[in-house]
Amino acid sequence: MSSSKAIKSFLPFVIIGVVAALTITIGAMLYRAKRVAAVTMSKEQTVAAQATGSVHVRGSVDAPVTLEEFGDFQCPPCGRLAEPLQQIEKDYGSRLRVIFRNFPFTTHEHAHEAAYAAEAAGLQGRFWEMHDLLYREQAAWAKSKEVQTLFEAYSGMIHLDVERFKKDMASERVKEKVESDRKRGEALGVKNTPTIFINNESVPPTSLNPTALRAAIDAALREKKGS
Amino acid sequence: MKNKRATSASAAAIPRSQIVVYCLVALISLAGLADATYLTAQAFSGETMVCGGSPDCFKVLGSPYAHLGSVPLALVGAIAYFIVFSFAILAAFGYAKMRRFLLITVWSMFAVTLWLLYTQAFILHAFCRYCLFSAAMVFLLAGLIVASRSP
Repeated sequence: MSSSKAIKSFLPFVIIGVVAALTITIGAMLYRAKRVAAVTMSKEQTVAAQATGSVHVRGSVDAPVTLEEFGDFQCPPCGRLAEPLQQIEKDYGSRLRVIFRNFPFTTHEHAHEAAYAAEAAGLQGRFWEMHDLLYREQAAWAKSKEVQTLFEAYSGMIHLDVERFKKDMASERVKEKVESDRKRGEALGVKNTPTIFINNESVPPTSLNPTALRAAIDAALREKKGS
Repeated sequence: MKNKRATSASAAAIPRSQIVVYCLVALISLAGLADATYLTAQAFSGETMVCGGSPDCFKVLGSPYAHLGSVPLALVGAIAYFIVFSFAILAAFGYAKMRRFLLITVWSMFAVTLWLLYTQAFILHAFCRYCLFSAAMVFLLAGLIVASRSP
């Protein structure tokens, strides 16, 4: 009888304790799951990106291999390749640097606006955060009728000055930057996106998959070591 | 001995209908806790909310109103729901004092919810569905508290 009373007096605290433990565990699991997908950029990468000014570079300045991508934020294959590319960047670390250049197509309704959004974020030192975000959320904004509102909201999420971002997005400076990337691509013979160059060698469209890209990077690394 | 009597006396003093109400309060606060925990994890991870492609989630959760300094409001909400859950469980088990604390907490949450709804409707002109779900939970909690006190 007394033991049942003791259980009864402890039970509410046990229930509360179990709920607290479950909440913290589930919260931590959610955080971990989301953190993997969220934008992360190391200090070294940020410094490298800032040091190069108008060209958007991620990775070590002294990396033996340079991967240059011409991409359109609304192009589905570019979106699909974005995450594997980030993984490749992580895996190769200081041996690889990545350059991104805008190559938006007019056939993609919001591709130019997305490129302007990335460049406008770049003016506040957060090009890569916006780059990763645009690719990650491509399915959401590509179909949206309120794409400008979405981009402004994205800018808030990556802690940009939203008013400045809005002005920059509409500025000639940003449009000229996108246009200059495009001209560089045309000069190199870019016709599709994504087009990738590894140490200035074009990667064939059939090799635009993680395995083939890793093989191409390894080959470039071997070539650098050999020379 | 005295303590034992006080506990059993207070437990006996609660009508069965009130125990049911406190259990319902605990269940609803769990739903609110799940919602707020999800939003807290999202806020700390920096991940964005898709909300089915609607920009409203971004507008609300990315706004300065979604934070108290550097603390996400969702975390404050999660703590509040947990407190409500704890008070409701204790009240259901006969801890009479907890009823008053429960009342104070739920009405405070109700007041904050009204302010947040006003902010969404008239300042941000956007509604976040996770926030609306939380508001609905708080309204339900307030309704149950009112119902439990009526004769």
